[in-house]
Amino acid sequence: MRHIISILLENESGALSRVAGLFSARGYNIQSLTVAPTEDPSLSRITLVTSGSDDIVEQITKQLNKLVDVVKVIDLSEAPHVERELLMIKVRATGKDREEMKRLADIFRGHIIDVTDSAYVIELTGTSNKLDSFIAAIDPALILETVRSGVSGIGRGDRMLKV
Amino acid sequence: MSAAISGAEILVKCLQAENVDTIFGYPGGSVLHIYDELFKQDKIHHVLVRHEQAAVHAADAYSRSSQRVGVALVTSGPGLTNAVTGIATAYYDSIPLVVISGQVPTFYIGQDAFQESDAVGITRPCVKHNFLVKDVKDLAETVKKAFHIARSGRPGPVLIDIPKDITAHKTEFTYPDTVNIRSYNPVVKGHQGQIKKAAHLLLEAKRPMIYTGGGVILSDAAEPLTKLARYLGFPITNTLMGLGAYPATDKQYMGMPGMHGTYEANMAMQHCDVLLAIGARFDDRVIGNPEDFATHPRKIIHIDIDPSSISKRVKVDVPIVGNVPDVLEELMKQLEAIGTKPDAAVAQWWETIADWRGRNCLNYRKNPEKIMPQAVVEKLWEVTKGDAFVTSDVGQHQMFAAQYYKFDKPRRWINSGGLGTMGVGLPYAMGVRYANPGATVACVTGEASIQMCIQELSTCKQYSLPVKIINLNNGYLGMVRQWQEMFYENRYSHSYMSSLPDFMKLAEAYGHVGMRIERPEDVGPALELAFSDKHKNDLVFMDFIIDPTANVFPMVSAGKGLSDMVLAEDHL
Repeated sequence: MRHIISILLENESGALSRVAGLFSARGYNIQSLTVAPTEDPSLSRITLVTSGSDDIVEQITKQLNKLVDVVKVIDLSEAPHVERELLMIKVRATGKDREEMKRLADIFRGHIIDVTDSAYVIELTGTSNKLDSFIAAIDPALILETVRSGVSGIGRGDRMLKV
Repeated sequence: MSAAISGAEILVKCLQAENVDTIFGYPGGSVLHIYDELFKQDKIHHVLVRHEQAAVHAADAYSRSSQRVGVALVTSGPGLTNAVTGIATAYYDSIPLVVISGQVPTFYIGQDAFQESDAVGITRPCVKHNFLVKDVKDLAETVKKAFHIARSGRPGPVLIDIPKDITAHKTEFTYPDTVNIRSYNPVVKGHQGQIKKAAHLLLEAKRPMIYTGGGVILSDAAEPLTKLARYLGFPITNTLMGLGAYPATDKQYMGMPGMHGTYEANMAMQHCDVLLAIGARFDDRVIGNPEDFATHPRKIIHIDIDPSSISKRVKVDVPIVGNVPDVLEELMKQLEAIGTKPDAAVAQWWETIADWRGRNCLNYRKNPEKIMPQAVVEKLWEVTKGDAFVTSDVGQHQMFAAQYYKFDKPRRWINSGGLGTMGVGLPYAMGVRYANPGATVACVTGEASIQMCIQELSTCKQYSLPVKIINLNNGYLGMVRQWQEMFYENRYSHSYMSSLPDFMKLAEAYGHVGMRIERPEDVGPALELAFSDKHKNDLVFMDFIIDPTANVFPMVSAGKGLSDMVLAEDHL
């Protein structure tokens, strides 16, 4: 099953590699991982998407908690939360495709953020599923390049991950 | 305001503040400032080893045989990479160490400088934590944190990598009194409700079993454990890492469990209805096949300081996270408060156990012509009155030592259980001697393992360490040969060593006493001589030429269930 793990960790060099190294050493998978400092510059926040049985995810959170640099860990996906991912996709935009790409971006509520005479860069934010659907809707021959941010997530309402 | 002093001097003062009396190390370019400071003081004794691996092993055994943090000092690059096996060995057995490595100056890091290696990167998977010190102002606090992390919670090795320029830079020195790491707060007290549940479960048990591991030794909980086990009157087994936690000569003791455990311990592990696991981690060498283990219905209570050890391989019914002695004390209180005696059915359980014991599973084939390794260990136990510190390497001799030397006290049995590192025996014996001056130290080894750190005979000469080496020499990598005999139809692929040195002469070449023992009737007299006052101050290397066909039994084959044992009686 897919799980989103949120981790607060000390914003120190090497802290990220301890987390990434743990996953490779113990054979856990990482579907995506994003990291950036929080409003408190001494802390970074990682959002990590993984999959595994309940037992494996329990071990993942326990092992993460054991890392000295890790301040807090939660399994975001075990309770109400919102998640978003950012996609930037560069598509060929010539001839009739130029209009078609614009229309498709509008349908998915994406924005065209760069325009040249032959290509668009479209920005789209949403759940990973939505981004997948958008990519699937485009003729693969027209896709020049894609980049995704990986998932970021946050708990709903009173649910906080804070020191 | 105190005067500014160099990083090297700060480091030495930090170690003194931690009451470190002995460090094991080897100098090199990046640590020369530190060595210069060591030269100028006399509070810390530095032991010059012959290979960095041995420095870490010795520091590791210093810790295992006392309750203190071991300290090793190595230089950058190859000094550090040589130390890695030692660090990993300590990590897999949760031994508190502080390893200090030199590093190239900060302004050279990343430029592939001479003797540069990414120490923090290389050691990351085999340390509890590590630090690269980038500013001399952080040095004292880093050392404080390192010792705190190494010894608290589930202990483990911590590496401090110090660039050479940092050891020259100056700042004022104050050693912090306290340490506060917001992201690191190990649990000590167990959950009251869970402990109460455990107490009731134990008193209702009809076929109880206590199974304890290295955690009991590491947390110095042998005393409360013994009290609890005697109060309950339950059978108890200690794992390879936990030997000596409960007296092996006591009638409640069942022997070691696992792959080479006793018949009765393994049968009781399988057929008990309540299993109390303490500071143990259900290792694959202890429980055999986990699926088979799980098919036997039993309630499991698991006390451990590391939450990730609980329900990792085996589902647990009553998890208790906490420091073992604290939890045992609380459990004892709860049991006394309830006041009832254990279930009367336990008496029947002891009868079943008596039948299992009747199999006499540690009986072995006697050979009037050749020395049997088991007999050497039995004799060693007699001669040392069961009171020696015994270090071992890894292989058949390790299992013979664990099976036939009956440890009555904790911290007397020093071996590499988790990583299984050949070559630890001799440096371990050195570390034990430093932590326990004057103690009797025996190193039970084999002709293959001993050669992996044999250079330390030189260190033993330099510092007059009167270790007694019991070399069980069968000319084979014995455990490899045993597996090849049992699972590879006697195809002894590269498990035979020819061109072995004459160990007696080798020992003599290093300035020690050598003996070669070839006949069974000479075993006793040789051991008595080696441990006599005549050789009180000598390292004695005893080369026992043993029956090369001797195997370790009982044996649970890898992947098999714990009660699926091959017994020696099939091979008598």
